[in-house]
Amino acid sequence: MIDRSSRLRLARQVRLKADPRSGKHLLLYPERGLELNEIAARVAALCTEEITVGEILDRLAEAAAAGTPRERIDGEVLEFLRALEARGLLTVGGA
Amino acid sequence: MSEAPRPYTLVAELTYRCPLACGYCSNPLDLARHADELDTAAWTRVFGEAAALGILQVNLTGGEPLVRPDLEALVAAARAEDLYINLITSGIPSDAERLGRLASAGLDSIQISIQDSDRQGAAWIAGRDDLEAKLEMAAAARALQLPLTLNVVLHRGNIARVPEFIALAERLGAARLELANTQYLGWALANRGALLPSRAAVEEARVHASAARQRLRGRIEILFVRPDYYADRPRACMDGWARRYLLVTPDGIALPCHQALGITSLHWPSVRAQSLDAIWSGDPSFGAFRGEAWMPAPCRSCPERETDFGGCRCQAFALLGDAAATDPACALSPRHDLVIAARAGAEEAVAQIAPPPIRLRRFRSAP
Repeated sequence: MIDRSSRLRLARQVRLKADPRSGKHLLLYPERGLELNEIAARVAALCTEEITVGEILDRLAEAAAAGTPRERIDGEVLEFLRALEARGLLTVGGA
Repeated sequence: MSEAPRPYTLVAELTYRCPLACGYCSNPLDLARHADELDTAAWTRVFGEAAALGILQVNLTGGEPLVRPDLEALVAAARAEDLYINLITSGIPSDAERLGRLASAGLDSIQISIQDSDRQGAAWIAGRDDLEAKLEMAAAARALQLPLTLNVVLHRGNIARVPEFIALAERLGAARLELANTQYLGWALANRGALLPSRAAVEEARVHASAARQRLRGRIEILFVRPDYYADRPRACMDGWARRYLLVTPDGIALPCHQALGITSLHWPSVRAQSLDAIWSGDPSFGAFRGEAWMPAPCRSCPERETDFGGCRCQAFALLGDAAATDPACALSPRHDLVIAARAGAEEAVAQIAPPPIRLRRFRSAP
């Protein structure tokens, strides 16, 4: 289970790429692709194992529009990360 | 013809040569007529044209792509276009060192097929047993940190061993396990009487796969593709005709799917004569079944038409001789009786003990 102390990296089969057509970022993996919005792309790029999930949340909060409730940012980012994990697209390391 | 959508995946059939002779092969029955293979330069051009069309992934497949001596160069050419590269292979001829060179050239992932965990079963369906060599190739892929998909095509002869295939995927450290029931076209249609499992066997396999999917969630992605003969609704074949996939045969014929050459009522273009862009957006065969204008009743007013795109055109042609007919796999097809009769045959066959005769995929065997 992903929590704030987890260190994440994209699974081996996943490649993060900017789509030359749309400029949007994509996660490419065998036989599929997942188009990411701007925030999701930023989150995916931070999954490098160098920082914890807590630090990812902090960085997203810093970059968010003023007045965005912190609980909403944390909730949405964690939901996205857990969805990626459930699809086998993230590897979860320890604290 | 409606406007061409964006293709995402190029299926590059590099050769129809293959050391195996699987009786469910998706290659055409007249293999030997496609022996004039595109060379390295031609494939390199095709990869460039594919990337320019917006394609993001390439599946290097066959036949057996490992029999191409220029496979390393082809991987490098696809990598130069920044395509995500899947190698779809039987793992034979096995060569762990070569796998290292392919990984260095830019391979993103590898799919290795296992015909059976039972040696006699493998020999029955493929004409030979290569399990040990395949397991060595899978281990070599893992040692190279190449993401591994294990693929097993399911049929009456091996479907009872789904739990063993799951255990094998765990042991090999696969990232994905594809348990794909045979699609009854081409060689598999010729062998349907020997291959179609009973409904009970399919259901049992599905239950095993579903339990393993829960248990291995986040570790191994488990796909279970049901046979459309038991689904009552057709599969969304290739995510719709000429909608997401573009396939090129070893000799350069462009198709919307593996089986489309079987639709002999259509004429198919060649990448030797035209660009992929001209083919994808302008060829009348590619446009023939895009959108909904071609749909017969009951498809044209069916609420499922945006989900299944009317099913498989190749199956409609293979079973009915009319590529624009409703897919007989659909319970709403006026000719669904053909599929029901095939199911009844499978139930009777289960009572037999000896493995049924099968026609192996060989270059020289006449269709």
